[in-house]
Amino acid sequence: MLTAILALALLALAFGLLLGYASVRFKVDSDPIVDKVDAILPQTQCGQCGFPGCHPYAEAIAKGEADINLCPPGGETVVMALADLLGRDPKPVEGGVKEKRVAYIDEQICIGCTLCLQACPVDAILGAAKHMHTIIVSECTGCELCVEPCPVDCISMVPVKVEPATWTWPYPAAAAKPEANHG
Amino acid sequence: MTEYALILVSTVLVNNFVLVKFLGLCPFMGVSRKLETALGMGLATTFVLTLSSVCAYLTNEFLLAPLGIEYLRTIAFILVIAVVVQFTEMVVHKTSPVLYQVLGIFLPLITTNCAVLGVALLNTQAQHSFLESAVYGFGAAVGFSLVLVLFAAMRERITVSDVPAVFRGPAIALITAGLMSMAFMGFSGLVKG
Repeated sequence: MLTAILALALLALAFGLLLGYASVRFKVDSDPIVDKVDAILPQTQCGQCGFPGCHPYAEAIAKGEADINLCPPGGETVVMALADLLGRDPKPVEGGVKEKRVAYIDEQICIGCTLCLQACPVDAILGAAKHMHTIIVSECTGCELCVEPCPVDCISMVPVKVEPATWTWPYPAAAAKPEANHG
Repeated sequence: MTEYALILVSTVLVNNFVLVKFLGLCPFMGVSRKLETALGMGLATTFVLTLSSVCAYLTNEFLLAPLGIEYLRTIAFILVIAVVVQFTEMVVHKTSPVLYQVLGIFLPLITTNCAVLGVALLNTQAQHSFLESAVYGFGAAVGFSLVLVLFAAMRERITVSDVPAVFRGPAIALITAGLMSMAFMGFSGLVKG
């Protein structure tokens, strides 16, 4: 009885040490480029780029399989940062340059179901069960993932007004596109 | 030498683990949709089965038998197999990225499979020697891969053929597996004893 317990315990201990050692000794460093790209992406995990999350998209970019302009939540900021990092030419964001929008919850209609809370990848929705929810505007990335699950359709995307605090110079790439359309 | 050849033929064809012993059915049904994944799975299984049957033999011979605790075989084997596979996965990941890409996701998948444990237990039951255990494990894996690849090829054909609506999907796959199993039963008698 005791030998059995001891033998198994020792076996398990030895294997545990072996695996622990192996995980340190044979640690594989992931591609540093992927990590850098991943750090630039907004981590909304919204899947609008066509990849199942930000990290797979980062891997695809690093391999050169995906373009750098597929991330709508990141917008031009991300495209410019990626272009800078990878030495590629910046392009307008896929699907046209969207104005920045944030989600807005109509608090009269909200039933407090918490479904949008679970959908939000950046925890920008505040609320609890059976209490109305509200959006923390400064956190919202405009990924639209909360619109779909709402059972009472009380979430709408509203454009952010351009104010002196939020206004930026238009990027050259984004500005080039409308001109081309005119010409 | 003939002994080993016999073991090989008997495990690959006559006592095929999937179709005659009905072990390892979940990867058989699960990973057989595409020929390439089936090939990858077959390779990974060959690797794991050979390795694990050898390790299980060593554990049984040098740890369990001397201490008289053979009744702990199942749990000890599970432990050994899981660790060995995890360890080799790490080593392969570090040393050979190409091989890792081929085997990668399939290695942990096959670890906890019943065929792997089954081979180890059957080995000790039949009181195989070290080399016999290795050949037995290898043969079982080759048999598994052969059947998996054949089945995957058939399923690829079936998906484009005109199957009656009620039989579509898993139903026709199971029927195909059954027919294959009956065909493999025909090999019994090929090897005596």
